[in-house]
Amino acid sequence: MTLPTGRAMREVFGETVSRLADDDPRIVMLDGDLGSSTKADIFEHAHPGRFLQMGIAEQNMIGVAAGMATMGLMPFISTFVSFAVVRPLDQVRVQIAQTGANVKLTAGYAGLFTGMAGKTHHIVDDISIMRAMPGMITISPADDVETDRVLRWAAAHDGPVYVRIVRDATQRLFDEGYRFEFNRAVVVREGSDITLISTGAQTPRTVDAAEQLADRGVSAHVVHLPTLKPLDVEGIITAAERTGRVVTVEEHTVIGGLGGAVAETLAEHRPTPMRRIGFDDIYTESAPNDVLLDLYGISPGRVAARVRELRWED
Amino acid sequence: MTAGAGTADRAEVERLEEMARRVRVEIIRTVNHAQVGHVGGPLSAADILAALYFRVLRIRPDEPDWPQRDRFILSKGHSSLVQYAAMAVRGYFPVEELRTFDSLGSRLQGHPDMRLLPGIDMSTGSLGMGLSAGLGMALGTRFTDLTEPRVYVLLGDGECQEGQVWEAAMVAARYRVDNLVAIVDHNKLQQYGWPGETAEIRLPPEEPGELVAKWAAFGWRVLEVDGHEMTGLVRVLEEASEASGRPTVVVAHTVKGRGVSFMEGDYRWHSKPIKPDEFAAAMRELGEGDE
Repeated sequence: MTLPTGRAMREVFGETVSRLADDDPRIVMLDGDLGSSTKADIFEHAHPGRFLQMGIAEQNMIGVAAGMATMGLMPFISTFVSFAVVRPLDQVRVQIAQTGANVKLTAGYAGLFTGMAGKTHHIVDDISIMRAMPGMITISPADDVETDRVLRWAAAHDGPVYVRIVRDATQRLFDEGYRFEFNRAVVVREGSDITLISTGAQTPRTVDAAEQLADRGVSAHVVHLPTLKPLDVEGIITAAERTGRVVTVEEHTVIGGLGGAVAETLAEHRPTPMRRIGFDDIYTESAPNDVLLDLYGISPGRVAARVRELRWED
Repeated sequence: MTAGAGTADRAEVERLEEMARRVRVEIIRTVNHAQVGHVGGPLSAADILAALYFRVLRIRPDEPDWPQRDRFILSKGHSSLVQYAAMAVRGYFPVEELRTFDSLGSRLQGHPDMRLLPGIDMSTGSLGMGLSAGLGMALGTRFTDLTEPRVYVLLGDGECQEGQVWEAAMVAARYRVDNLVAIVDHNKLQQYGWPGETAEIRLPPEEPGELVAKWAAFGWRVLEVDGHEMTGLVRVLEEASEASGRPTVVVAHTVKGRGVSFMEGDYRWHSKPIKPDEFAAAMRELGEGDE
């Protein structure tokens, strides 16, 4: 069984924020000249007067958002993760996080799916960076349905929220009845042999991997962790206790990302044998999405194989 | 007490000059008490802040969050003492609270913190960021019922080396934002700066005329003024406050350390503690006698 393909998160971003703005006059969209890529153009068509082109000047865009927030507005940011997090990092830290500005860093092109743009645009350390930043909520939705729910939650929350949005259509994990709960680990597959913890668009792939493992007689318990800052410590402990062995799987560096977060949590609260699957201190290269997932070992087939190859001495 | 637009008469100018003097006195007292803090930058901006806080800005010290107030951002946040001193003298908080500057638990952090001190419209500290926030506020008046505020942002001339300043300048001109006034405290010194013929000689952050040319090239209305001559300073700041269809910058020519002769024009007084004899001399020069 393979999960179906859902809609692209970026299209959901454009549509959901447009609908939110129908009822919320505080919402404005600031675009760093990428609206046709991030699908903020959907918002521009719906609310042309509230779409503000900020040009290719992201540091200023972040500061403008902070200033607007003090006037009671709720700016959403349209650019790539590279230029919403890393390029203007000090502005995000000083002007958004330290001020508690009601700004939504809704950043597209998270992870490897960037239209073959290569390592400058593959941001695979943003979770590590953003979860280290006090005052910054970090959420990585799994699919199109959860992206919609997370954006609605973010708009209802007063304060900075960073949402990682994927460019291309990914697998759909949740049905329309799904309710997002902030800072709650979500059990997406029951199992008894090993616990797999994932986040973002990797979670559906990890569920597929679990199905492949089942075919080989391995019962995997899969937990989705959409909220990465703060962390659902109890949810992580419960997930670890379920099987006594944990593997984290992420489309991200294992240094300080999901794997780092889970390792810190378990080491302190419930030491549990664990392994981390993700990028190990490397820069990535340009290629089609499927090729990259295989190359870097996070396609469903590769995850299943790597989990089976793991040796547990304990 | 704040007057509307119009030429300040002699008595008004003298009142503002006295406020500037008191602001300088509180800067020196506070640095002397804390034995830490920036000196030169706050002193060069004292007249500008006196003109703003005691005349130009439409503010209510007893209602610092008044929604329709004018906004002021000290983008050169390391000069926080001049803002704290001006706010204290203006009545936002007791002057005695200045003695808590930089100490644990104080609302008066090394750099202005909007989450701690009412009346601070934007936290600053990392240079180059304030104009962007001011632009956001100025643009924000178009999308809210907060239609009255004018936004003033004070930058340092060294700070104008930051690229973000010019990003903000570009976008502000693009949107023809004319409720935004940038003021550059052009004191011709930065913390250390490029060396001149010898290491003891530090070159100014910009060549003569460079700032005016740059702002003009970015599409801003540029006004120049002596940042220490109160009559002209008030006239230019009030002219800058009138909407003109594009953003306005006031390039205020100042002297770093202004008001204390041995601090004037010496880059080493950017930030350093004051010795007892220096403190006494500074107080005498500022008309306070021995303390």
